[in-house]
Amino acid sequence: MNQVKELTTAIRSTLILWLIVAVIYPLIILVFGQIFVPFQANGSIIRSNNGVAIGSTLIGQPFTSNKYFWSRPSTISYSTDKTAAPTGVSGASNLAVSNPDLPKRIKAEITRLKAAGIKPTSDLVYTSGSGLDPHISLESARNQIARVAKARGLDTNKVEIIMTQSIEDRFLGIFGEPGVNVLDLNLALDKLAK
Amino acid sequence: MWQGLFQIALTLLPIVLLTPILGRYMARVFQANPAIPAPLDRIFAPLERGIYRLSQIDDREMMTGWHYARAIFASNIVMAIFVFTLLMTQGGLPLNPTGLGAPTWDTALHTTISFLTNTDQQHYSGETTFSYASQVFGLGFLMFTSAATGLAVGIAFIRGLTGRSLGNFYVDLVRSITRILLPLSIYIALLLLVTGVPETLSPPVTATTLDGATQTISVGPVAHLESIKQLGENGGGFFGANSAHPFENPNGFTNLVATISMVIIPAALIHTYGIFAGNPRQSWLIFGMVFIIFIISIGIAAIGEYDGNPIINAQLGSPQPNLEGKEVRFGWAQTALWAVATTGTMCGAVNGMLDSFMPAGGLVTLFNLFLQIIWGGQGTGTAYLFVYLILAVFLTGLMVGRTPEFLGRKIEKPEIILASVVLLVHPIAVLIPSAITLAFPETLSGISNAGFHGISQVVYEYASASANNGSGLEGLADSAPAATGLWWNLSASMSMLFGRYVPILALLLLADGMSRKQPVPMTTGTLRTDTVLFTSVTAGVILVLGALSFFPILALGPIAEAFQISKL
Repeated sequence: MNQVKELTTAIRSTLILWLIVAVIYPLIILVFGQIFVPFQANGSIIRSNNGVAIGSTLIGQPFTSNKYFWSRPSTISYSTDKTAAPTGVSGASNLAVSNPDLPKRIKAEITRLKAAGIKPTSDLVYTSGSGLDPHISLESARNQIARVAKARGLDTNKVEIIMTQSIEDRFLGIFGEPGVNVLDLNLALDKLAK
Repeated sequence: MWQGLFQIALTLLPIVLLTPILGRYMARVFQANPAIPAPLDRIFAPLERGIYRLSQIDDREMMTGWHYARAIFASNIVMAIFVFTLLMTQGGLPLNPTGLGAPTWDTALHTTISFLTNTDQQHYSGETTFSYASQVFGLGFLMFTSAATGLAVGIAFIRGLTGRSLGNFYVDLVRSITRILLPLSIYIALLLLVTGVPETLSPPVTATTLDGATQTISVGPVAHLESIKQLGENGGGFFGANSAHPFENPNGFTNLVATISMVIIPAALIHTYGIFAGNPRQSWLIFGMVFIIFIISIGIAAIGEYDGNPIINAQLGSPQPNLEGKEVRFGWAQTALWAVATTGTMCGAVNGMLDSFMPAGGLVTLFNLFLQIIWGGQGTGTAYLFVYLILAVFLTGLMVGRTPEFLGRKIEKPEIILASVVLLVHPIAVLIPSAITLAFPETLSGISNAGFHGISQVVYEYASASANNGSGLEGLADSAPAATGLWWNLSASMSMLFGRYVPILALLLLADGMSRKQPVPMTTGTLRTDTVLFTSVTAGVILVLGALSFFPILALGPIAEAFQISKL
């Protein structure tokens, strides 16, 4: 009898707590987000004038053409592979510092950067943790100004000014590292061209 | 470099300042002094009375150690069956916009046990394996209850140690959720939501990038899971990349909030103990001891990452921080801090990939998993801390030839046996399966980084499972469809169950025994446990016991790897 009562309590409390923390609580956050901050709640998606999604301001994109600043290398190609659909993916190389594949990969990366006239910096040769890093370091952005300015036929000073506007600083100037949001920067350059 | 160390220090400051406040609050929630009603009783009490009535909980019933443990097992088994069924049937349930089918049975089993035991080891990527329904209704549910279960055990242990009866498991479970985890989760989820973490039920977004590629952007109900993931020291990410994913952790602010959330409850619980014991001096000493080990660990990991990989630095032509598996917005400093905090507290979330850390960081994170008390798991970590204290009392008692006493109660044979059980479970659940796995490197191990690092990968996985941490050196082929997935799912499940429930039972029996002892009056001959000297001895006991059990592994893994890469 006692065991039956213990089991009933276990089952009933599980159901009640489930209702509170797995239904009511998520619903509160969901409703708040969708009503008050729908942009953030839906993934900070940037859309073109005709409503087509270009990307998310928080998620990086791969860039290969010379008129754009390049992002960091990604083991998952920024979720743009055919295999990434329909769910989307994230992930890293998980190569150990002692793994011989790491210097091999980085050697190829350095060759690619040098061929484009970009000085190799650590963030441009190492892959990120998420494979979706939207930022590059300030130095990596500066090293690309000349290449982008030439491809677009713009003055390097002009490109530098736009680059500076895409810098996201540390929180309160203290926490984290400053970075340049590559998608924001390239979008700003494209807007200028129009 | 100095800016990095400065921001680490400033991140730790709020932890030191906020923990005494939260510790006091928790002491009142769990009725250190039954005469003082808990804060905001007028709001919470009616809600809780409703929960008690609907669940048929008798909130005045006091439980013995056995009874308390039985209640934990009964409730946990019910939750496990419920969530396992949910995961296996997700293909036919709503809120599954990408049409995901059922995972393999061993993945579902491992995931259920993993979230049930507050481990949140993930042998899958969230976005490609589990539907929104599975994550919200199943995993999100266990994130609350497993954290609350741990907290309840911690409180029951403190009660027993300080001569009170252990309390009622269901009351502690409910109060942990209604008064601590849920209000803080709501607050933090709203902060994260406003600063960019999504909360939506819409399917992934298909975007056409500037350069013309087609990008699939996973979204989902992330914000509300993210807050309890950090606060409850769960660590199970919505996305495969965990807190490195820009949607889980978009900027320096969210990273700061997440870092503080994962440390704050276990650190505050030490102060809660001080109030229960009526000895805040002792709780500050213990807090200080853990804090010092914590800072040293952070220092070692941070300097390692800052100095970077000598092999790659030779290619680059200049010394640069190791950014493999790290995000630009966090950099080496916040990633190293997070790595130590997440392995120390048994959170297990990562904002950079630990597999690509320098050997110094690998050493520190493994050592944290071995010790389990650099803040430690939710509730259980604080209890382990006192088990070490009891052992230190016993050892010093032997040295000076006195009957060991702790808080005026004699430490006798049953206490020492139970304390030894608590501390021996971990090496058994880590080293034996590691040895089996390493004996069959081809068929079982699935090592992705051959050599010394491969040993770290295997041992780390079991240490993380048994310590209920959940982080991993994720190159390891531990998930379906890899052939080694089945072995890893089943063997890691065993380590998680063993590392969770055996110590919980032993802790509750230990506390039960202590609460029944006649207090002996304190005399000048009593060994005082609230002195700097005694606390230093305890630190020595912790480091020696931890090092003795696990040093060979550290030598074969990260230390050997450090020599390997520096020989150039």
